[in-house]
Amino acid sequence: MRLKPLPDTIPDCTAFEAGYLVTQNGGWRSERPVIDEAKCVKCRQCYLYCPDGTISQEISVDYDFCKGCGICAKICKPGAIAMRREADYA
Amino acid sequence: MAVSVKNLDSREFFFGHKACAGCGGSLAVRIALKVLGARAVAVLPAGCMSAVGFNFPQLAFSNNALITPFAATASVMTGIEAGLRRRGEIAHVVGFAGDGGTADIGLQALSGAIDRGDNLIYICYDNEAYMNTGIQKSGLTPFGARTTTTPITGSVRRKKDMLAIVAANGAEYAASASVGYLDDYVTKIEKAAAKPGFKYIHVIAPCPTGWGIKTNETIEIAREAVDVGLWRLREYENGQWLENCAPSRPEDLVKHLTRQGRFSALDTDKLEETKNV
Ligand SMILES: Cc1ncc(C[n+]2csc(CCOP(=O)(O)OP(=O)(O)O)c2C)c(N)n1
Ligand code: SF4
Ligand code: SF4
Ligand code: SF4
Ligand SMILES: [Mg+2]
Repeated sequence: MRLKPLPDTIPDCTAFEAGYLVTQNGGWRSERPVIDEAKCVKCRQCYLYCPDGTISQEISVDYDFCKGCGICAKICKPGAIAMRREADYA
Repeated sequence: MAVSVKNLDSREFFFGHKACAGCGGSLAVRIALKVLGARAVAVLPAGCMSAVGFNFPQLAFSNNALITPFAATASVMTGIEAGLRRRGEIAHVVGFAGDGGTADIGLQALSGAIDRGDNLIYICYDNEAYMNTGIQKSGLTPFGARTTTTPITGSVRRKKDMLAIVAANGAEYAASASVGYLDDYVTKIEKAAAKPGFKYIHVIAPCPTGWGIKTNETIEIAREAVDVGLWRLREYENGQWLENCAPSRPEDLVKHLTRQGRFSALDTDKLEETKNV
Protein backbone atom coordinates (compact mmCIF):
# COMPACT_ATOMS: atom_id res chain seq x y z
CA MET A 1 0.00 0.00 0.00
CA ARG A 2 2.84 2.42 0.75
CA LEU A 3 4.28 4.46 -2.06
CA LYS A 4 6.89 2.43 -3.87
CA PRO A 5 9.15 3.68 -6.62
CA LEU A 6 8.22 2.21 -9.98
CA PRO A 7 11.42 2.75 -11.95
CA ASP A 8 10.76 0.12 -14.60
CA THR A 9 7.24 1.10 -15.38
CA ILE A 10 7.26 4.88 -15.64
CA PRO A 11 8.80 7.14 -18.25
CA ASP A 12 11.99 8.86 -17.04
CA CYS A 13 10.61 12.32 -16.54
CA THR A 14 9.67 14.11 -13.38
CA ALA A 15 8.86 11.41 -10.84
CA PHE A 16 10.92 11.86 -7.71
CA GLU A 17 13.25 8.92 -8.02
CA ALA A 18 13.57 7.98 -4.37
CA GLY A 19 9.78 7.97 -4.10
CA TYR A 20 9.73 8.06 -0.32
CA LEU A 21 7.53 10.01 2.03
CA VAL A 22 9.44 12.14 4.47
CA THR A 23 6.66 13.26 6.74
CA GLN A 24 3.66 11.30 7.93
CA ASN A 25 0.10 12.51 8.45
CA GLY A 26 -0.91 10.35 11.41
CA GLY A 27 -0.39 13.23 13.84
CA TRP A 28 -3.32 15.11 12.28
CA ARG A 29 -5.83 12.76 13.87
CA SER A 30 -8.02 13.46 16.85
CA GLU A 31 -9.91 10.22 16.31
CA ARG A 32 -8.79 6.93 14.78
CA PRO A 33 -10.79 4.30 12.91
CA VAL A 34 -10.74 0.92 14.62
CA ILE A 35 -12.01 -2.07 12.66
CA ASP A 36 -13.97 -4.87 14.30
CA GLU A 37 -12.90 -7.95 12.35
CA ALA A 38 -15.93 -9.90 13.52
CA LYS A 39 -18.35 -7.44 11.95
CA CYS A 40 -16.38 -6.77 8.75
CA VAL A 41 -17.85 -8.39 5.62
CA LYS A 42 -14.87 -7.37 3.39
CA CYS A 43 -17.00 -5.29 1.03
CA ARG A 44 -14.03 -2.90 0.59
CA GLN A 45 -16.19 0.21 0.52
CA CYS A 46 -13.94 1.79 3.18
CA TYR A 47 -10.87 1.05 1.04
CA LEU A 48 -12.56 2.55 -2.02
CA TYR A 49 -13.83 5.78 -0.46
CA CYS A 50 -10.86 6.66 1.80
CA PRO A 51 -9.46 9.91 0.31
CA ASP A 52 -6.00 9.02 1.58
CA GLY A 53 -5.85 5.41 0.44
CA THR A 54 -4.88 4.38 3.96
CA ILE A 55 -7.04 1.26 4.13
CA SER A 56 -5.55 -1.69 2.27
CA GLN A 57 -7.57 -4.09 0.15
CA GLU A 58 -7.09 -6.56 3.00
CA ILE A 59 -8.81 -3.97 5.23
CA SER A 60 -6.06 -2.87 7.56
CA VAL A 61 -5.45 0.79 8.39
CA ASP A 62 -2.12 2.53 7.86
CA TYR A 63 -2.06 4.70 10.99
CA ASP A 64 1.06 6.55 9.82
CA PHE A 65 -0.99 8.28 7.13
CA CYS A 66 -4.68 8.02 8.14
CA LYS A 67 -5.99 11.53 8.97
CA GLY A 68 -9.00 10.36 10.95
CA CYS A 69 -11.64 11.94 8.70
CA GLY A 70 -14.22 9.29 9.59
CA ILE A 71 -15.41 8.66 6.02
CA CYS A 72 -14.65 4.94 6.34
CA ALA A 73 -16.70 4.61 9.52
CA LYS A 74 -19.64 6.35 7.90
CA ILE A 75 -19.56 4.32 4.68
CA CYS A 76 -19.35 0.96 6.48
CA LYS A 77 -22.85 -0.54 6.35
CA PRO A 78 -22.33 -3.28 8.96
CA GLY A 79 -20.91 -0.68 11.37
CA ALA A 80 -17.58 -2.47 11.69
CA ILE A 81 -15.54 0.72 12.04
CA ALA A 82 -15.61 2.79 15.22
CA MET A 83 -13.96 6.20 15.57
CA ARG A 84 -12.07 6.21 18.89
CA ARG A 85 -10.36 9.05 20.74
CA GLU A 86 -6.76 9.25 19.51
CA ALA A 87 -5.56 10.41 22.93
CA ASP A 88 -6.40 6.99 24.33
CA TYR A 89 -3.79 5.44 22.01
CA ALA A 90 -0.92 7.80 22.84
CA MET B 1 -13.25 -6.14 -18.15
CA ALA B 2 -15.00 -3.30 -16.37
CA VAL B 3 -13.06 -1.80 -13.49
CA SER B 4 -14.73 -2.11 -10.10
CA VAL B 5 -13.75 -2.12 -6.47
CA LYS B 6 -12.93 -5.82 -6.96
CA ASN B 7 -10.29 -5.42 -9.64
CA LEU B 8 -9.11 -1.84 -9.15
CA ASP B 9 -5.30 -1.52 -9.07
CA SER B 10 -4.31 -2.16 -5.44
CA ARG B 11 -1.36 0.22 -5.70
CA GLU B 12 -1.77 3.78 -4.48
CA PHE B 13 -0.43 6.44 -6.87
CA PHE B 14 -1.56 9.44 -4.81
CA PHE B 15 -0.55 8.74 -1.24
CA GLY B 16 0.70 10.74 1.72
CA HIS B 17 -0.66 13.98 0.27
CA LYS B 18 -1.39 16.94 2.51
CA ALA B 19 -5.05 17.54 1.60
CA CYS B 20 -7.36 18.32 4.52
CA ALA B 21 -8.97 15.30 6.16
CA GLY B 22 -12.01 14.24 4.16
CA CYS B 23 -11.01 16.10 0.96
CA GLY B 24 -13.20 15.07 -1.99
CA GLY B 25 -10.72 16.34 -4.60
CA SER B 26 -7.97 14.05 -3.36
CA LEU B 27 -10.32 11.07 -3.64
CA ALA B 28 -11.08 12.03 -7.25
CA VAL B 29 -7.35 12.08 -8.07
CA ARG B 30 -6.58 8.89 -6.15
CA ILE B 31 -9.29 6.85 -7.86
CA ALA B 32 -8.63 8.22 -11.37
CA LEU B 33 -4.96 7.22 -11.15
CA LYS B 34 -5.90 3.73 -9.98
CA VAL B 35 -7.91 3.37 -13.19
CA LEU B 36 -5.33 4.95 -15.52
CA GLY B 37 -2.35 3.12 -14.04
CA ALA B 38 1.33 3.65 -13.29
CA ARG B 39 2.26 5.08 -16.66
CA ALA B 40 -0.33 7.85 -16.65
CA VAL B 41 1.21 11.32 -16.60
CA ALA B 42 -0.71 13.63 -14.25
CA VAL B 43 -0.81 17.31 -15.13
CA LEU B 44 -1.96 19.80 -12.50
CA PRO B 45 -2.23 23.59 -12.51
CA ALA B 46 -2.01 25.68 -9.34
CA GLY B 47 -4.75 24.62 -6.95
CA CYS B 48 -5.28 22.42 -3.93
CA MET B 49 -4.29 19.15 -5.60
CA SER B 50 -0.93 20.47 -6.73
CA ALA B 51 -0.35 22.24 -3.42
CA VAL B 52 -1.01 19.06 -1.44
CA GLY B 53 0.73 16.68 -3.86
CA PHE B 54 4.09 18.32 -4.46
CA ASN B 55 5.93 19.08 -1.24
CA PHE B 56 9.60 18.77 -2.08
CA PRO B 57 11.35 16.52 -1.20
CA GLN B 58 8.11 14.66 -0.72
CA LEU B 59 6.15 13.78 -3.84
CA ALA B 60 2.75 12.25 -3.19
CA PHE B 61 2.50 10.92 -6.76
CA SER B 62 4.23 7.68 -7.65
CA ASN B 63 3.43 8.11 -11.33
CA ASN B 64 4.83 11.02 -13.30
CA ALA B 65 3.23 14.30 -12.37
CA LEU B 66 3.94 17.95 -12.94
CA ILE B 67 2.56 21.40 -12.21
CA THR B 68 1.64 23.80 -15.01
CA PRO B 69 1.15 27.55 -15.03
CA PHE B 70 -2.38 28.20 -13.78
CA ALA B 71 -3.92 29.05 -17.16
CA ALA B 72 -2.12 26.37 -19.16
CA THR B 73 -3.28 22.91 -18.01
CA ALA B 74 -4.65 21.73 -21.35
CA SER B 75 -1.88 23.24 -23.47
CA VAL B 76 0.83 21.65 -21.31
CA MET B 77 -1.06 18.36 -21.66
CA THR B 78 -0.95 18.78 -25.43
CA GLY B 79 2.83 19.19 -25.33
CA ILE B 80 3.35 16.18 -23.08
CA GLU B 81 1.15 13.99 -25.28
CA ALA B 82 3.07 15.06 -28.39
CA GLY B 83 6.40 14.39 -26.66
CA LEU B 84 5.37 10.94 -25.47
CA ARG B 85 4.07 10.08 -28.94
CA ARG B 86 7.31 11.25 -30.54
CA ARG B 87 9.24 8.95 -28.21
CA GLY B 88 6.94 6.04 -28.92
CA GLU B 89 5.67 5.96 -25.32
CA ILE B 90 2.12 4.85 -24.76
CA ALA B 91 0.66 6.56 -21.70
CA HIS B 92 -2.46 8.45 -20.76
CA VAL B 93 -2.04 12.15 -20.20
CA VAL B 94 -4.52 13.17 -17.53
CA GLY B 95 -5.21 16.66 -16.23
CA PHE B 96 -6.59 17.41 -12.77
CA ALA B 97 -7.70 21.01 -12.60
CA GLY B 98 -9.97 22.76 -10.13
CA ASP B 99 -13.14 24.63 -10.97
CA GLY B 100 -11.32 27.97 -11.07
CA GLY B 101 -8.54 26.47 -13.16
CA THR B 102 -11.09 25.02 -15.58
CA ALA B 103 -14.11 27.28 -15.90
CA ASP B 104 -12.29 30.61 -15.50
CA ILE B 105 -8.57 30.88 -15.95
CA GLY B 106 -7.84 27.70 -17.97
CA LEU B 107 -10.84 27.94 -20.28
CA GLN B 108 -8.96 29.24 -23.30
CA ALA B 109 -6.30 26.52 -23.14
CA LEU B 110 -9.04 23.95 -22.67
CA SER B 111 -10.95 25.22 -25.69
CA GLY B 112 -7.76 25.10 -27.79
CA ALA B 113 -7.02 21.50 -26.90
CA ILE B 114 -10.60 20.47 -27.68
CA ASP B 115 -10.38 22.30 -31.00
CA ARG B 116 -7.20 20.39 -31.89
CA GLY B 117 -8.85 17.12 -30.89
CA ASP B 118 -5.80 16.18 -28.83
CA ASN B 119 -5.82 12.75 -27.23
CA LEU B 120 -6.19 13.78 -23.58
CA ILE B 121 -8.28 13.09 -20.48
CA TYR B 122 -9.12 16.31 -18.66
CA ILE B 123 -10.66 15.92 -15.21
CA CYS B 124 -12.13 18.96 -13.48
CA TYR B 125 -12.44 18.32 -9.74
CA ASP B 126 -15.07 20.80 -8.76
CA ASN B 127 -15.04 22.04 -5.16
CA GLU B 128 -16.99 25.11 -6.29
CA ALA B 129 -14.52 27.84 -5.28
CA TYR B 130 -10.85 28.85 -5.37
CA MET B 131 -10.07 26.79 -2.28
CA ASN B 132 -6.29 26.86 -2.25
CA THR B 133 -6.14 30.64 -1.91
CA GLY B 134 -8.86 30.84 0.73
CA ILE B 135 -12.31 30.10 -0.72
CA GLN B 136 -12.91 32.82 -3.34
CA LYS B 137 -15.90 32.63 -5.69
CA SER B 138 -15.27 31.01 -9.09
CA GLY B 139 -17.46 30.66 -12.17
CA LEU B 140 -18.56 27.32 -10.74
CA THR B 141 -19.58 28.55 -7.29
CA PRO B 142 -23.32 27.85 -7.07
CA PHE B 143 -26.04 30.38 -6.37
CA GLY B 144 -26.20 31.32 -2.71
CA ALA B 145 -22.86 29.86 -1.63
CA ARG B 146 -20.87 32.06 0.70
CA THR B 147 -17.22 32.53 -0.14
CA THR B 148 -14.69 35.07 1.11
CA THR B 149 -15.49 37.22 -1.94
CA THR B 150 -19.27 36.75 -1.62
CA PRO B 151 -19.46 37.03 2.16
CA ILE B 152 -22.86 38.64 2.72
CA THR B 153 -25.49 37.24 0.35
CA GLY B 154 -23.55 34.34 -1.07
CA SER B 155 -22.97 34.10 -4.83
CA VAL B 156 -25.65 35.93 -6.81
CA ARG B 157 -24.62 34.19 -10.03
CA ARG B 158 -25.47 30.69 -11.13
CA LYS B 159 -22.92 28.00 -11.91
CA LYS B 160 -21.56 27.91 -15.46
CA ASP B 161 -22.59 24.78 -17.35
CA MET B 162 -19.09 23.50 -18.12
CA LEU B 163 -20.30 20.26 -19.65
CA ALA B 164 -22.38 22.16 -22.21
CA ILE B 165 -19.44 24.48 -22.93
CA VAL B 166 -17.08 21.55 -23.50
CA ALA B 167 -19.64 19.77 -25.69
CA ALA B 168 -20.23 22.93 -27.71
CA ASN B 169 -16.48 23.15 -28.30
CA GLY B 170 -16.64 19.71 -29.88
CA ALA B 171 -15.21 17.29 -27.33
CA GLU B 172 -15.25 13.59 -28.16
CA TYR B 173 -16.67 12.73 -24.75
CA ALA B 174 -17.89 14.74 -21.79
CA ALA B 175 -19.37 13.42 -18.57
CA SER B 176 -20.28 14.62 -15.11
CA ALA B 177 -19.60 12.47 -12.06
CA SER B 178 -19.56 12.61 -8.27
CA VAL B 179 -17.05 11.33 -5.72
CA GLY B 180 -20.13 10.03 -3.94
CA TYR B 181 -20.72 7.51 -6.73
CA LEU B 182 -17.29 6.06 -7.47
CA ASP B 183 -18.49 3.09 -9.51
CA ASP B 184 -20.02 5.52 -12.00
CA TYR B 185 -16.91 7.76 -11.92
CA VAL B 186 -14.62 4.78 -12.54
CA THR B 187 -16.77 3.59 -15.46
CA LYS B 188 -16.62 7.04 -17.06
CA ILE B 189 -12.83 7.28 -16.69
CA GLU B 190 -12.47 3.85 -18.22
CA LYS B 191 -14.72 4.87 -21.09
CA ALA B 192 -12.71 8.06 -21.62
CA ALA B 193 -9.44 6.10 -21.56
CA ALA B 194 -10.66 3.84 -24.37
CA LYS B 195 -11.59 6.69 -26.72
CA PRO B 196 -9.29 8.73 -28.96
CA GLY B 197 -9.58 12.52 -28.95
CA PHE B 198 -10.42 14.96 -26.19
CA LYS B 199 -12.28 13.61 -23.17
CA TYR B 200 -13.63 15.70 -20.31
CA ILE B 201 -14.89 14.49 -16.92
CA HIS B 202 -16.34 16.93 -14.41
CA VAL B 203 -16.46 15.44 -10.93
CA ILE B 204 -18.16 17.14 -8.02
CA ALA B 205 -15.77 16.97 -5.06
CA PRO B 206 -16.96 18.39 -1.73
CA CYS B 207 -14.44 20.32 0.36
CA PRO B 208 -15.14 20.16 4.12
CA THR B 209 -13.01 23.28 4.67
CA GLY B 210 -14.79 25.48 2.16
CA TRP B 211 -18.29 24.03 2.33
CA GLY B 212 -18.76 24.03 6.08
CA ILE B 213 -19.42 20.33 6.41
CA LYS B 214 -17.86 17.70 8.68
CA THR B 215 -14.86 15.76 7.37
CA ASN B 216 -16.88 12.54 7.42
CA GLU B 217 -19.75 14.02 5.39
CA THR B 218 -17.94 14.42 2.05
CA ILE B 219 -19.33 11.26 0.45
CA GLU B 220 -22.83 11.72 1.82
CA ILE B 221 -23.00 15.30 0.51
CA ALA B 222 -21.59 14.29 -2.89
CA ARG B 223 -24.26 11.59 -3.18
CA GLU B 224 -27.02 13.85 -1.97
CA ALA B 225 -26.16 16.54 -4.55
CA VAL B 226 -26.98 13.95 -7.22
CA ASP B 227 -30.02 12.52 -5.41
CA VAL B 228 -31.71 15.91 -4.92
CA GLY B 229 -31.05 16.90 -8.53
CA LEU B 230 -28.57 19.73 -7.97
CA TRP B 231 -25.79 17.84 -9.73
CA ARG B 232 -27.01 15.86 -12.73
CA LEU B 233 -25.03 12.88 -13.93
CA ARG B 234 -24.92 13.05 -17.71
CA GLU B 235 -22.77 12.07 -20.66
CA TYR B 236 -22.15 13.60 -24.05
CA GLU B 237 -21.07 11.08 -26.63
CA ASN B 238 -21.32 10.86 -30.44
CA GLY B 239 -23.01 14.24 -30.40
CA GLN B 240 -25.80 12.94 -28.12
CA TRP B 241 -26.70 13.74 -24.52
CA LEU B 242 -27.55 10.99 -22.10
CA GLU B 243 -29.07 11.63 -18.67
CA ASN B 244 -27.70 8.87 -16.39
CA CYS B 245 -30.31 9.02 -13.67
CA ALA B 246 -33.28 11.03 -12.47
CA PRO B 247 -33.07 12.68 -9.02
CA SER B 248 -34.22 10.08 -6.50
CA ARG B 249 -35.30 12.52 -3.75
CA PRO B 250 -35.77 16.08 -5.03
CA GLU B 251 -37.85 16.88 -1.94
CA ASP B 252 -34.66 16.90 0.15
CA LEU B 253 -33.05 19.83 -1.70
CA VAL B 254 -33.51 22.38 1.09
CA LYS B 255 -32.26 19.93 3.71
CA HIS B 256 -29.20 19.29 1.54
CA LEU B 257 -28.42 23.01 1.38
CA THR B 258 -29.06 23.90 5.01
CA ARG B 259 -26.66 21.25 6.32
CA GLN B 260 -23.79 23.03 4.53
CA GLY B 261 -22.39 26.08 6.31
CA ARG B 262 -21.71 27.87 3.03
CA PHE B 263 -25.44 28.26 2.34
CA SER B 264 -26.17 29.90 5.68
CA ALA B 265 -26.87 33.25 3.98
CA LEU B 266 -29.94 31.84 2.25
CA ASP B 267 -33.28 32.59 3.90
CA THR B 268 -36.39 30.53 3.26
CA ASP B 269 -37.42 32.43 0.11
CA LYS B 270 -33.95 32.20 -1.38
CA LEU B 271 -33.73 28.51 -0.57
CA GLU B 272 -36.90 27.95 -2.57
CA GLU B 273 -35.41 30.05 -5.37
CA THR B 274 -32.41 27.71 -5.68
CA LYS B 275 -34.81 25.18 -7.17
CA ASN B 276 -35.06 27.40 -10.22
CA VAL B 277 -31.38 28.28 -10.73
C1 LIG C 1 -1.61 32.96 -12.74
C2 LIG C 1 -1.96 32.66 -11.33
N1 LIG C 1 -2.92 33.38 -10.72
C3 LIG C 1 -3.26 33.11 -9.45
C4 LIG C 1 -2.63 32.12 -8.75
C5 LIG C 1 -3.01 31.86 -7.31
N2 LIG C 1 -3.76 30.63 -7.11
C6 LIG C 1 -3.15 29.47 -6.80
S1 LIG C 1 -4.21 28.22 -6.49
C7 LIG C 1 -5.52 29.23 -6.78
C8 LIG C 1 -6.93 28.70 -6.59
C9 LIG C 1 -7.29 27.60 -7.53
O1 LIG C 1 -8.67 27.32 -7.48
P1 LIG C 1 -9.23 26.07 -8.23
O2 LIG C 1 -8.73 26.01 -9.60
O3 LIG C 1 -10.71 26.04 -8.04
O4 LIG C 1 -8.57 24.84 -7.42
P2 LIG C 1 -8.72 24.51 -5.85
O5 LIG C 1 -7.66 25.25 -5.13
O6 LIG C 1 -10.09 24.92 -5.43
O7 LIG C 1 -8.52 23.04 -5.76
C10 LIG C 1 -5.11 30.53 -7.12
C11 LIG C 1 -6.03 31.65 -7.37
C12 LIG C 1 -1.61 31.39 -9.42
N3 LIG C 1 -0.96 30.39 -8.81
N4 LIG C 1 -1.29 31.69 -10.70
S1 SF4 D 1 -16.67 -1.05 4.82
FE1 SF4 D 1 -16.85 -2.12 6.78
S2 SF4 D 1 -17.52 -4.18 6.23
FE2 SF4 D 1 -16.79 -3.25 4.35
S3 SF4 D 1 -14.63 -3.87 4.25
FE3 SF4 D 1 -14.67 -1.91 5.31
S4 SF4 D 1 -14.74 -2.42 7.48
FE4 SF4 D 1 -15.30 -4.26 6.35
S1 SF4 E 1 -10.43 7.88 8.90
FE1 SF4 E 1 -10.35 8.78 6.84
S2 SF4 E 1 -8.16 8.74 6.34
FE2 SF4 E 1 -8.44 7.32 8.05
S3 SF4 E 1 -8.75 5.34 7.08
FE3 SF4 E 1 -10.78 6.21 7.45
S4 SF4 E 1 -11.31 7.23 5.52
FE4 SF4 E 1 -9.09 6.88 5.50
S1 SF4 F 1 -9.25 23.16 1.09
FE1 SF4 F 1 -10.81 21.72 0.36
S2 SF4 F 1 -10.13 21.04 -1.71
FE2 SF4 F 1 -8.38 22.00 -0.66
S3 SF4 F 1 -7.27 20.28 0.29
FE3 SF4 F 1 -8.68 21.12 1.83
S4 SF4 F 1 -10.54 19.88 1.62
FE4 SF4 F 1 -9.33 19.55 -0.24
MG1 LIG G 1 -11.79 24.94 -6.61
